[in-house]
Amino acid sequence: MITYPFEYKRASSVAEAVSMLAEGGKALSGGHSLIPSMKLRLNMPDALVDVGRIPELKGISMDGDELVIGAGSTHADIADSQLVKEKLSLFAEGAAHIGDPAVRSRGTIGGSLAHADPSADWPALVLAANATIVVTGPNGERSIPSTDFFTGLFSTALNDDELITKIRVPVSAGSKSTYQKFAQPASRYALVGCAIVKQADGQVSVAFSGVSDAPFRDTDVEKNLNSGQEAGPVGKGQSIMSDNFASEKYRVHLASVYLQRALEAVA
Amino acid sequence: MSNRYIGESIKRREDKRFITGKGRYTDDIVLPGMLHAHFVRSPYAHARVVGIDLEEAKAMPGVIAIYTGDDVAAINGVPCGWQVNFRNGETMREPKHPMLIPTGSTAKHVGDAVAVVIAETKDSAIDAAELVMVEWEELPAVAAPADAILPDAPKVHEQFPDNKAFDWTFGNPIEEVDAAMEKAAHITELEFINQRVVPNAMEPRAYIGSYDETSDKYTLYTSTQNPHLIRLLMCAFVLGIPEHKVRVVGPDVGGGFGSKIYHYTEEALVTWASKQIGQPVKWTSDRSEAFLTDAHGRDHATKAEMGFDADGNIVGLRIKTVANMGAYLSTFAPAVPTYLHGTLLQGLYTTPKINIDMTCVFTHTVAVDAYRGAGRPEATYLLERLMDLAALEMGRDPAELRFQNFIPPFDGVEQPGYQTQVALQYDSGNYEAVLKRGLEMLGYENFRAEQAEAAKTNKILGVGFSTYVEACGIAPSAVVGALGARAGLFESAQVRVQPTGKVSVFTGSHSHGQGHETTFVQVVADKLGIPMDDVDLVHGDSDTIAFGMGTYGSRSLAVGGSAIVKSIDKILEKGAKIAAHKLECAEGDLEYAEGKWTVKGTDKSIGFGDVALTAYVPHVYPAGLEPGLDFSSFYDPANFTYPFGCHIAVVEVDKETGKVTLKRMIAVDDVGNVINPMIVDGQIHGGLAQGIGQALFEGTIYDENGQLTNGSYMDYCMPRADDLPMFETDRQVTPCPHNPLGVKGAGEAGAIGSTPAVVNAVIDALWSAGHKPKDILMPLTSERVWEAMN
Amino acid sequence: MQVEINVNGKARKAEVEDRTLLVYFLRDTLQLTGTHVGCDTSSCGACTVHLDGVAVKSCTLLAAQADGCSVTTIEGMAKDGEMHPLQEGFRECHGLQCGYCTPGMIMTAADLLKRTPKPSETEIRFALEGNICRCTGYHNIVKAIQWAAENTAAPMLADSHLWTNDVVVEKVVETE
Repeated sequence: MITYPFEYKRASSVAEAVSMLAEGGKALSGGHSLIPSMKLRLNMPDALVDVGRIPELKGISMDGDELVIGAGSTHADIADSQLVKEKLSLFAEGAAHIGDPAVRSRGTIGGSLAHADPSADWPALVLAANATIVVTGPNGERSIPSTDFFTGLFSTALNDDELITKIRVPVSAGSKSTYQKFAQPASRYALVGCAIVKQADGQVSVAFSGVSDAPFRDTDVEKNLNSGQEAGPVGKGQSIMSDNFASEKYRVHLASVYLQRALEAVA
Repeated sequence: MSNRYIGESIKRREDKRFITGKGRYTDDIVLPGMLHAHFVRSPYAHARVVGIDLEEAKAMPGVIAIYTGDDVAAINGVPCGWQVNFRNGETMREPKHPMLIPTGSTAKHVGDAVAVVIAETKDSAIDAAELVMVEWEELPAVAAPADAILPDAPKVHEQFPDNKAFDWTFGNPIEEVDAAMEKAAHITELEFINQRVVPNAMEPRAYIGSYDETSDKYTLYTSTQNPHLIRLLMCAFVLGIPEHKVRVVGPDVGGGFGSKIYHYTEEALVTWASKQIGQPVKWTSDRSEAFLTDAHGRDHATKAEMGFDADGNIVGLRIKTVANMGAYLSTFAPAVPTYLHGTLLQGLYTTPKINIDMTCVFTHTVAVDAYRGAGRPEATYLLERLMDLAALEMGRDPAELRFQNFIPPFDGVEQPGYQTQVALQYDSGNYEAVLKRGLEMLGYENFRAEQAEAAKTNKILGVGFSTYVEACGIAPSAVVGALGARAGLFESAQVRVQPTGKVSVFTGSHSHGQGHETTFVQVVADKLGIPMDDVDLVHGDSDTIAFGMGTYGSRSLAVGGSAIVKSIDKILEKGAKIAAHKLECAEGDLEYAEGKWTVKGTDKSIGFGDVALTAYVPHVYPAGLEPGLDFSSFYDPANFTYPFGCHIAVVEVDKETGKVTLKRMIAVDDVGNVINPMIVDGQIHGGLAQGIGQALFEGTIYDENGQLTNGSYMDYCMPRADDLPMFETDRQVTPCPHNPLGVKGAGEAGAIGSTPAVVNAVIDALWSAGHKPKDILMPLTSERVWEAMN
Repeated sequence: MQVEINVNGKARKAEVEDRTLLVYFLRDTLQLTGTHVGCDTSSCGACTVHLDGVAVKSCTLLAAQADGCSVTTIEGMAKDGEMHPLQEGFRECHGLQCGYCTPGMIMTAADLLKRTPKPSETEIRFALEGNICRCTGYHNIVKAIQWAAENTAAPMLADSHLWTNDVVVEKVVETE
């Protein structure tokens, strides 16, 4: 297995990465979504811009009421972070469910979000947490609300010449959150991943990975729950996936079960 | 003879190289000037090659040669090693499997090769292969065996319009079975699919062909389970080159499980190409390619009925099965659903009337052949699913129903072997004992109480039983010859005592994880009464080993080990002559123990090393005796061996999701005498995991176009560490009465008994909660189990 | 492009294609064939090595990404002729049969023990989620790792570097 030939470039700063991306190619962070797809020759960029060593992309810190996670943070960085565990346990819990230890040590939150696999775990997590994806491009920085970020199957609002630099996540005292995942037994991606954040006032935000061909916030379910009713059907209006491991019917059923389990976990 | 090593868990001698990264698998070997091959394969299950354009590919940097079907048309196809004719006497249909599909012909499964690119590096071969432009005409395809015999099914081979390779019937005449079933008070009927699984040895297949012009000699390095068999098939049937001009080496091999028994087209092609080009050629399979080209296992669609009288005694068994051969007949394929399956349908029961009706069909899929257990797992699955289901249907306890129907104990010495209705004569068995022990380990009575409690919750519990008998140590050549084998199934061994008394043992068995370098040496060291350090085992090279039939069918120790013992007997016999001469006594006055010959009742003795030295420095030596101490033997077993056992699974089922969690896996196996308990346990563990894999996780999924939709580890699920519990194993020992070591074979037992135990456990769990499915299609995915409850 | 990677304590400099994966740099360029390739999808873990002391799948990493880093392979686990406790454990507990997955298993287990010196059975099984063995049913692999955890002297555990053998860089070796 070998990728098509490409040119490897290493960026040492965000500015340099952005100027390299302007010439074409794709950003390479941990590479754990991109390299496998390139080996299977499903993806064939002319160039890879390695952003794996850019110091600005690392680090996890608080900025006011927001947790700020550098896009180059690995899943393991986030799963192991005391700060994340304290302020947003959802992210630590969710990150610990991704792949296997070796994948978690290399794969990054930014890379996973940019790849936008509908069965990846991060999409549901950032959606439920109301995170903002901060990106830098030739025209400077812009912030994309997570609800606007995922635009379809493997597609996002990120432009080819932009780089995800950080993820800003509001955290509030007294909130509870959980990520409940039913893993596809071979790949360990989410057949259903349900992330819930419940504010101190009881209002919930609910998001799913693995269910639809794009990750989504289930606004119908949220509306029902937030007005004191039963959750109602999951994934209304979504294009539900069906594959070897779960038919559409079973997936919707699993999503409902996992929603209930998530609600119990934050009760 | 001493008893220092046999029966001891000696740590493996081969481990040092593997744990330090010094194992030497075929892909690790680099020969000077070595080139790399990459195959262009059919993306369709059935498609005609209309034309091939090589121009762009040939222009790629590093490309040395590209061959298509037209270039290799003179090479024969890979042969089939077993012939099973139609019941009406018509000869088995044996379509040619060409090396590469020529223009105008059709590819018959996804992955069928049409061209091979040979280049300086693997990467350049891959890059160029992508530029080989094949014009395809896609044709309709059929993948499932039951679909292949439908009247309007797409034809795999034009000349065989009904898609049948052969059909076959076995056991008692069907009229007798029908009559028995008519009198039955209860008939348990089950229609099921024993699904197709992929062996998935962790080392993908790899071959290096190398030709030396000066000696006109070829060397093939191959990840195989039987180097000599590959040499024989490739030389005599495929390439038509003299056997003495080919050396086949099977170096370290990363697992086989059956898939590396067979002779594959790629082996012959790299060997052939190395002469054409004059440089060594290596091919290493990618995992995706392995899914499409390694022989798969199982794939039966079956309807089975078991009849019982009013007391619960089995009165008859009637079976109709369609088995998938794939597109071509692989080396042992015809034997698997027939003589390795039909002959095991007696199980451990006294069933008086048995008939099986088998149809073996071609489909547009890669070949199906022996996979760990080969036929016996399918037979055991059939019988043991029927037994547990019959118990549920009749309101009987599944363990009790088995005790009632078991063949009573027989040791094959005092009591005769057991003659089955399906040709075999079991050597020895004590079936009650293994089930009793299994029930003890389970704590059966407590379990049922626990289960009743769990039935009230969302996490229900089930227990599944499976008791099996299997046939190993294949096999008596005359018997298998009468059944259609085109080869003998003996084994050879040479024991060479060096002048200093050190011993080299050459075996035709091949180790690819079984630990022969340790167990075989334990046997030799004990038989000769010398330290293990004085003995080394050589295997896997046709130039150093006289002959070999290889390792499969749990045969290595029973057949290969017995051949070694025969050679040792000859060594000791000759050694005694030398010793008697040196000690100036009669041979009959000597006894051999602890590495020396002693004159009985005296302290006069001579050591093994001194005798060895004398044999090579024969100054004072018996008249007429040849110098040297080196004997070869061939051992052809008198019978198969018949290991048996009891496997019990306990599962928890999540009622909301259908997810099955395996809580306990109990295995009590009787594999005859045990040379190295640690290694036997390891073999059982691995078999269990594969059997559990088939029950819960594994299985190919073909779409309506014959495309394999789960041909990668992202989609084809095999058990991981977190899917399995610690196994609870125990053993009984009923020695094999007919081989010198009393061993039966342990390699496949785990995979044979475990699958039905796990499925039975899930069915039992569901029945405990009021759902009454007769069957759930394997693998028991969460969705399928959930469907069975909804 | 040229990369310089400290492999098992030796600085190795070589010309590679931009697309060269670390596993092929190790196997083909350096002839360190203890690191294996068992799949194409980053699933099986046979290619696991340590990169700067952390277990990674070398089939999913460019050699270029490892430029300037330190890599430990199975060949670097034994030190001065002394086996690593995990190597001993695998032998002691029959944690291997065909040996193909073994190097990856050992490298993954080394990473686990570095983080969790006394892991539970469950922790071990979850840590092996990305490593497939087809021979052992994992039973004896779990035992081998438990053995290593139990049979490692306290000072060795305190020295977190031991587990990856991040040793001093020797002289640069150029490889064609």
